[in-house]
Amino acid sequence: MSAVEIRDEQAFLAYVQGGGQVETADWMPEEYRRLLIKFIEMHGNSELMGVLPEREWILRAPTLQRKLALTAKVQDEVGHAQLIYRVVEDLGKPREQCLADLISGKSKFHNVFHYPTKTWGDVGVIAWLVDAAAIISQKALLKCSYAPYARIMKKICWEESFHILHGRDVILALVTGTPAQFELVQEALDRWWPPLMQFHGTPIARAEDPMWHWRIKSQGNEEARQQFLEGYVPQIRELGLEIPDPKLRRRDDGVWEYSEPDWDELRHVVTGHGPLTAERLAFRARFLDQERWVREAVAA
Amino acid sequence: MIWEVFRCERKGQPFEHAGSVAAPDADFAEAWAREQYGRRGESIALWLVPREAIREVNDWADEFDLKYRRVDGYSIKARLKEARERTEAHAAAD
Repeated sequence: MSAVEIRDEQAFLAYVQGGGQVETADWMPEEYRRLLIKFIEMHGNSELMGVLPEREWILRAPTLQRKLALTAKVQDEVGHAQLIYRVVEDLGKPREQCLADLISGKSKFHNVFHYPTKTWGDVGVIAWLVDAAAIISQKALLKCSYAPYARIMKKICWEESFHILHGRDVILALVTGTPAQFELVQEALDRWWPPLMQFHGTPIARAEDPMWHWRIKSQGNEEARQQFLEGYVPQIRELGLEIPDPKLRRRDDGVWEYSEPDWDELRHVVTGHGPLTAERLAFRARFLDQERWVREAVAA
Repeated sequence: MIWEVFRCERKGQPFEHAGSVAAPDADFAEAWAREQYGRRGESIALWLVPREAIREVNDWADEFDLKYRRVDGYSIKARLKEARERTEAHAAAD
């Protein structure tokens, strides 16, 4: 059955749970629309805020090649934000409103973008491991029940794969450099490991996650984290880096055990109390205001 | 104004819906679409279509029950099973 024929919530739920996909003009329950907007808007916010930690390093990047690559990456992420906000607009929330809610703190963005980037080592860890964690979530969204979102995710994942390689290249240059450069990476990893472990969210059971219920997400939080550990712990260790978690180990059945991430910190940070939340939002607000004339000129 | 963007990846491939851009006119729509769907050489061509210009057809009335013209009009599983059992039964009797 095609989604366009569905007009009641139970049939709609059965349709998406059975792997069905929904288009913009199709009927959808209000709750589904509300959750879609919330989820996709937060993704858009994260792309837009996610460029700031890296933008801070464009002028300080060690070589021209690195500056160019970082600039290209920043351009990509802003482009992702534009694509994503466009999807949100079609669901009924204008981009201007999304930006206003981002700046006022009403809507959220991902925890990792609330932290400072202290050294060039941080830039490498973000570009490699934060992007790796993000691409695990994004790949799962290729199967999202809302088809327009799933379609733009194809392009986004395609660009992210270059970002991860760029990050890995930065890290490899450092770990094969001087002892001080190696130490820069180890320090950055020590700082970023806790937020990375919080990144995929609390291990809420899939069945209790409303985003899974409506098949907006196609995997649970813990599944994503396990996938991240399975894929990246060996890659981190083969470089001689140490992961700052004494409890981290892979059980015989393939499940990773780890120290309980600090969920209070996660809640505290994403509700607007991260170390750089206020500063980065103020930066965003300033530019939004400063460039208003461009938007007005284009629309005129 | 909303423009739907379709992109073609390789010569000979179909144009696929990629996403949309919001732009006041065709020239701006082209500029945004080039940036978002073509700047890495991921498309050899783009189609930009004003959303209102799309005529969508999505109702497929079947008042004459034309399923005999489709694969799903034929359910042979039960009868095939019966026929096979019949063959086996005959072979056993011989």
